[in-house]
Amino acid sequence: MKQTTTAVLAAAVLTLGVTGAAQAGTLEDVQSRGVLRCVVSTGIAGFAQPDANGVWGGFDVDFCRATAAAVLGDAGKIEAVTSTGKTRFTKLNAGEGDVLWRNTTVTFSRDVGVKLRFHGINYYDGQGFMVKKSLGISSAKELDGASVCIQTGTTTELNLADYFSSNGMKYEPVTIETNDEARQNYEGDRCDVYTTDASGLASTRSALPDPGAHMVLPEIISKEPLGPATRHGDDQWSDIITWVLNATITAEELGVTSANVDAQKSSNNPEVRRLLGVDGSQGSELGLSNDWAYQIIKQIGNYGEIFERNIGVDTPLGIARGLNALWTDGGLIYSPPFR
Amino acid sequence: MAQNHTAQGYAPGTHPDLPPPVRTTGPVGWIRANLLSSPLNITLTLLCAWLLWSVLPPALNWALFDAIWSATDRKDCWAQMDEPRAGACWAFIRGSFRLFIYGWYPEPERWRVNIAFILLVLAIVGVLRDSLPGKKYWLWFAVAFPFIGAWLIVGGFGLTPVGTQKLGGILLTVIIGVTGITFSLPLGIALALGRRSKLPALRAVCVIFIEFIRGVPLITLLFVASTMLTYFLPPGSTFDLLMRVLIMVTLFSAAYIAEVVRGGLQGLSSGQYEAADSLGLTYWKAHRLIILPQALKISIPGIVNTFIGLYKDSVLVLIIGMMDILGLGRARLNDPDWLGLAPELYLFIALFFFLCCFSMARYSLSLEKKLETGHAQ
Repeated sequence: MKQTTTAVLAAAVLTLGVTGAAQAGTLEDVQSRGVLRCVVSTGIAGFAQPDANGVWGGFDVDFCRATAAAVLGDAGKIEAVTSTGKTRFTKLNAGEGDVLWRNTTVTFSRDVGVKLRFHGINYYDGQGFMVKKSLGISSAKELDGASVCIQTGTTTELNLADYFSSNGMKYEPVTIETNDEARQNYEGDRCDVYTTDASGLASTRSALPDPGAHMVLPEIISKEPLGPATRHGDDQWSDIITWVLNATITAEELGVTSANVDAQKSSNNPEVRRLLGVDGSQGSELGLSNDWAYQIIKQIGNYGEIFERNIGVDTPLGIARGLNALWTDGGLIYSPPFR
Repeated sequence: MAQNHTAQGYAPGTHPDLPPPVRTTGPVGWIRANLLSSPLNITLTLLCAWLLWSVLPPALNWALFDAIWSATDRKDCWAQMDEPRAGACWAFIRGSFRLFIYGWYPEPERWRVNIAFILLVLAIVGVLRDSLPGKKYWLWFAVAFPFIGAWLIVGGFGLTPVGTQKLGGILLTVIIGVTGITFSLPLGIALALGRRSKLPALRAVCVIFIEFIRGVPLITLLFVASTMLTYFLPPGSTFDLLMRVLIMVTLFSAAYIAEVVRGGLQGLSSGQYEAADSLGLTYWKAHRLIILPQALKISIPGIVNTFIGLYKDSVLVLIIGMMDILGLGRARLNDPDWLGLAPELYLFIALFFFLCCFSMARYSLSLEKKLETGHAQ
C-alpha cells in the first residue's frame, strides 16, 4: 500500500509539477512567456504592497513595471514572486524570478558570495533614529542613557552598538521582532527611541496616531544602498536592468516626464532624442524595441515621479528626497549618459 | 380518586411527587451549587465578575460599539473616532475582505472557488453524517472530492488554467489544511502498520521515515521544499512551489498521525489480534474488520489534535514567501493608506482560525461520544 501511495504521489508530481523551461537567455524567456516575474518583498510599506484588490504597487514594484514596459511594452505584464529576506536570493538564482527589485542592500558578500549582479542603486537608505519631539532632542549625540527599541539579529543592532560606543554613550536596548511590535512599544512609551532604516522609520511614524509629535533625527549612521539584482551569466539581461534604471534617472535629469514625453519626442536635445528612440538604435542594441525608454516614461514615469508617487512627501510616508535627490540637487542619484 | 384529595387523605405510596425545593433546582440552584458553594468559591466568583466587568466593556466598546465599518483610509477612520485607536477600524478588513478570501484568483473564475467550497462542505457532511440516504455514494464522493476540487481550482481539462501563484488568503490556507488532512490520514495509517510489520525492510523504511520527519521542525522541511529542492532538480525545470509545500506538509503530518495510530494499535489487547487469527482472517481482513476500527476509535483525540496542529502550522508557509491568510494580511498591513492597523488584522485572523479549529475539536468530541461503546480501553 505504501509503495502504491508513493508511486501515485510521484506520478502526480511528475504530471502536475515539473515543466521544463528553455535555457535560453532571460530576455527570450520573458518575451516568450509574455510576463516578467519580479522577486519582490512580502510587504514593505511604500516599496511593495498589495492594494485592497491585490494589485501590487510601490517603489520597487514600479521599477519592475518599468522593466516590463521596456521588455514587453506593457507595464501591466508582471508577476510578483513574493519572497522573504531569507528566500529572495534562492528564488532568483533558481530561476523562479527574472529580476530582483526588492529593497536589497548591495554588499560585497551578496555580489561576490551569493553570485548576484547588481545594477546600480535606486534608493539610498541608512539607519536613523526617531524620537518624540517632547524630549527636546535635536541630535543623536544627545541620546546618552536612552532606551532604544531595536530589531534583534540584524545589522541594525550592530550599527547601533558601534555608534553608541564610538560616541562614548550608553543605551538600554528594548529588543523587538517586527516593525509593528516596535511601533506598539514606542507608542506605549516603553522606549524613548526607535531605530531602523530611515524608510522604515518614515512608515512607522506615519502609522502613529499623531505623526507630528515625532521626528526623525538628522544622523544617519549606516549605508544601506538598495538596488536591483540579477543572476550571474546573462550579460544582455544585466545590461537591460542597468539601463532601465538609468533611463528613469536620465529622464528626470532631462526633464522628461510621463506628461510631456510625447512632446519631448520632437525635442532638439540629442540626448533626449536618443533616449526616446527618435535617433540612434540604442533599443535594438539592447535587444529591445527602439521606443523602450519611451514606454517606461510614458507608462511609469521618470525616477522623480516614481519616488513622489510611492514614498514622496505627499504620500502618507512623506519621505523627502534627501540622498535620493538628483546629483544636481545635492543628492546621489546619477546616471551615466545615453551616448 | 380525585374527589378524596385532602391534606392527609392519600393512601400510602399514592402521594404525587412534589417539585424539588426551589433553591436546589433551576438557575438559582445552579448558581448556588456552582458559584456560591463555599467562601472560597464566592471569592473567586466575585473576582471573576470584577475581572469580566473591567475587561469586557472596554473590549466590546473597542471591537463593536466604537468600531468604524466604512472609511476611505486610516486617517479618515481615526478621524471618525473620538481619538485615534478608540475603536477598531474594521473598514480596513472589510475593504480587503474579498482579497483575503480569494487571494489573486482571477475575478471571472471565482465561481469555481465557490463551487469547490460548496462541494467541500457537502463532502464533509457526507463523511460526518451517518443518517444520510445512500451513505456509500457520499463516501465515494468524498474520496473523489480532492481531485474534483483540485481540478476546479487549478483548471485544465476544459477550464481556464489558473497558476498556483494566484492562490492566496483563506483559499490557500484551506487548500493546505484540507490537502494535508485528507492525504496524511491514509499515509499515516499505512506508516503505522508498516512500522509494526513483520517485514524487516518495510519496517526499517517506515521507522527511518517517521523518526526523520519527527526529528526536524516543519519550518526546516518548508525551507528544503522552497530552496533546496530547486538545486536537486535539473537546471531550468521549475517544480510548482505549492505542490512542494503540500507534499512536505502531508509527509510531516503523516509521521505524527502514524505515531498516534500506532498508539491506538498498541492500546488494543493482544486478545483482539489472537481472536482475529483464530477466525482464520488474513492480515488485511483482520485489520479492516477488527483491529483498525477499534484502534482508530481510541486514536480520535490524538488524530484530531494533529489535524488542528497541522491546520495552524500552515501559516508557517509565510516564511517562504507564500501568501496564506497571515502572509497576505501582513502584506496588506504595509499599505501606506492603512498603516498601523495590526490589532484589527490579527484579531480577524485569530477569529478565522478559532472558528475552524474549534469546530474540528467539537466534532471530535461528538465523534468520541457517538463511538463510545462502554468498553473503551
